[in-house]
Amino acid sequence: MIRYFFTRLASAIPALLIIVTATFFLMRAAPGGPFDQEQTLPPEIMANLQRAYGLDQPIWTQYGRYLKSLLHGDFGPSFKYKDFTVTELIGQGFPVSLQLGVMAMALALIAGILLGTFAALHRNSMADYATMSLAMVGIAIPVFVVLPFLGILFGVYLHWLPVAGWESGSIRHRALPVIALALPPLAYIARLTRAGMLEVLRSDFIRTAFAKGLPLRTLMWRHALRPALTPVAGYLVPAVASIMTGSLVVESIAGIPGIGRYLVQGALNRDYTLVLGMVVVYSTLLIGLGLLVDLLYAWLDPRVRH
Amino acid sequence: MGAFADEAWRRLQSNPAAIAALCVMCAILALTWFGPWISPNDAQTLDWLHLAAPPGRQSAHWFGTDRLGRDLFVRTLAGTRVSLAIGLAASAVSLLVGVTYGAIAGYVGGRTDHLMMRLIEILSGLPLIFFVIVLTVVFGRGEYLLFFAIGAVGWLTMARIVRGQTLSVRRREFVEAAIASGATTGRIIFRHVVPNVIGPVIVYATLTVPQIILFESFLSFLGLGVQEPGASLGTLISEGAAEMEAAPWILLVPGGALALLLLCLNIFGDGLRDALDVRDGAP
Repeated sequence: MIRYFFTRLASAIPALLIIVTATFFLMRAAPGGPFDQEQTLPPEIMANLQRAYGLDQPIWTQYGRYLKSLLHGDFGPSFKYKDFTVTELIGQGFPVSLQLGVMAMALALIAGILLGTFAALHRNSMADYATMSLAMVGIAIPVFVVLPFLGILFGVYLHWLPVAGWESGSIRHRALPVIALALPPLAYIARLTRAGMLEVLRSDFIRTAFAKGLPLRTLMWRHALRPALTPVAGYLVPAVASIMTGSLVVESIAGIPGIGRYLVQGALNRDYTLVLGMVVVYSTLLIGLGLLVDLLYAWLDPRVRH
Repeated sequence: MGAFADEAWRRLQSNPAAIAALCVMCAILALTWFGPWISPNDAQTLDWLHLAAPPGRQSAHWFGTDRLGRDLFVRTLAGTRVSLAIGLAASAVSLLVGVTYGAIAGYVGGRTDHLMMRLIEILSGLPLIFFVIVLTVVFGRGEYLLFFAIGAVGWLTMARIVRGQTLSVRRREFVEAAIASGATTGRIIFRHVVPNVIGPVIVYATLTVPQIILFESFLSFLGLGVQEPGASLGTLISEGAAEMEAAPWILLVPGGALALLLLCLNIFGDGLRDALDVRDGAP
């Protein structure tokens, strides 16, 4: 187990290093610098700025320095949000994004598994078709269409829920963004659960348990659910990736002060350090999570370790 | 191949949802093609008398106008055309790269295969959307970058599928015969292997198109994709989202168009997958 952990870690670290390196050099290769403005700065001031941010050093020195400061959790200063370091911006935005993401993930898992099980139990009935058609809609329609539609329906016409904003502790402000964000992974999880469940329900041990006269509830919860959910476990990392991607637009539309919005703003402003920092944070999260899920798999199924 | 295609077509016909999706898709295609002749308006003209006019059959603008008085019907059709064009072109890029890569890896095998698959494994572990965002920061924003960036993302699954298929095809007698008659490796791969893995390739190409359209409109929505005065559906939706409280139709029209298009493409792709009986582990 420990050996497996280290082999997986040994492939996760290079992947992370590749991302950081590629992003760093791409940013430096970009035409135009972060201090380009409509009015050209005097060369002396430009030189001072360059020196202040360490941009006058050879590129390898800059790279080495960046890696070293990354290890200390220091992402450098933001070029556009003056007076803020990228670390501070991440510190502000991350808890918000994390809360949004965790709520969406929880909703997607719970509702997706319940709907999928429900559809499998009523296979080929109207309820099954209705659930699966809804799942198709959830998969096909992008978050940035769903959220404004929900906003128009529940915010503008019905006045039930606020369209945007993120007041701390307000469930009403969280409802629409969380639902919109959860919808695509929810739909996919429902399909995976249904398919997995149908497969398991056909298997011999379920037939035996059924013949033994176990009540349906026990049968489902104790016997069928766990093996049926193996495909869902495999989908966890893509689900998180989908929620991360979706949070970029959800935060932009609903005006939520999370890191997704900073990434988009940073990209539009060409704020190199900010984008670099955000990419590092997102990649680390995703790769770390992938590692965790693999370990979970190895723990569940010893065959994986070899 | 003929009998196989007939059988697949027969099975597709027994799937009413897929056929309906196909019909709607054809209707959308026809509209984007002939739309400019149906409507008296064009996409760039500003109608100063009807700024943000609501939709109505009486007015000259069937689906209303946007904030600048541009006709939404025509603009949405133009946006659909841009989205479709980018979707198809980028799919073609990813198809080309994926099929070549997968066929080579699968046919050559051995250490080459191992290395090539390792690369795919690393790449598919990366959050590619963030990489594309970085690319837009570096190279500026524009349509050509979109092809490149999206094509770079789209080919991974295709390569995997083609490799798997190639592995089973390369042991067959006709490949042996080709080797015996002295055909070069390149010729065997492209003349003998690739045509025999085309079924799954078609299915995945069909399922790639909506993904890529989604991806493109996502970037355009964020302002990182297609730039003014050009507009894809994503651009239009982001304009509409800014006005949704005062003039919801500016959002609803392109949003509905994108939703319908993606839904049809997905339903049709799924139907085709079932008809050709391709399994990939996806539900």
